Amino acid sequence: MERIPILRMGRLLLVTIQVDMHDQLAVALQDDLTNRIVKDRARGVLIDISALDVVDSFIGRMISNTAAMARVLDARTVVVGMQPAVAITLVELGLELPGVSTALNVERGMALLRDRDD
Amino acid sequence: MRGSGGAACVPMSGEITATQAGVVSLHSSEDVVRLRQAVREQAVALKFSLIDQTKLVTAASELARNTVIYGKGGDAHICLLLNGSRRGLQLRFTDRGPGIADVEQAMRDGYSSGSGLGLGLGGAKRLSDAFDIDTGPSGTSVSIIKWKPF
Repeated sequence: MERIPILRMGRLLLVTIQVDMHDQLAVALQDDLTNRIVKDRARGVLIDISALDVVDSFIGRMISNTAAMARVLDARTVVVGMQPAVAITLVELGLELPGVSTALNVERGMALLRDRDD
Repeated sequence: MRGSGGAACVPMSGEITATQAGVVSLHSSEDVVRLRQAVREQAVALKFSLIDQTKLVTAASELARNTVIYGKGGDAHICLLLNGSRRGLQLRFTDRGPGIADVEQAMRDGYSSGSGLGLGLGGAKRLSDAFDIDTGPSGTSVSIIKWKPF
């Protein structure tokens, strides 16, 4: 099974999701991110979902689980690039992403994570 | 996606005609992805707005996952509806699983017998214009419809 690559930039981890993920791939990503936070002693995780035109409850749970685990490991999660149709649908679906900050794009997401670090 | 005649595209009232656009077999998580793509294609072909497309595909994803996980596998039928001049898309998910014992409870947000967020049924209903469920110990059939606004 292919895995979604995770990039490291200093103390930040960056993930860009560009495929329509099946459930196992999402779970693998969650596990990989958690392992990398520990291994790289990351302070922040940036998840770029600008290419996702669907976010359902499973993916939503993956994101909020990742954020919860990151928090336990003293790292902060920011989701960037949520498409408007996705945002509207998530609200109607009733899906909340507790503990997950959002930003418009990668630049602003990284600024958010960097500010927090000071 | 195999296209064939099928009795699964049964409309909910007599004035609506239904034609089957395709069937997707649902037995794995990859099938759920395939179903999302098939629904997206049909919604685009019918020129649904981007928001309605997204709602349809998201609802379909929830129900398809239920079919695979709780229904132990099944099928999704994609049907084109016509009510006068009004077009709609109907998705019907069928399985021969153990059924849902308490539908009302299952429809309530946050309830989940598995490890999900429990938003599948209630969420799919909220995202659709019409929702229908028929469940018992010999299987389950869930149908959602989205109509194109005039």
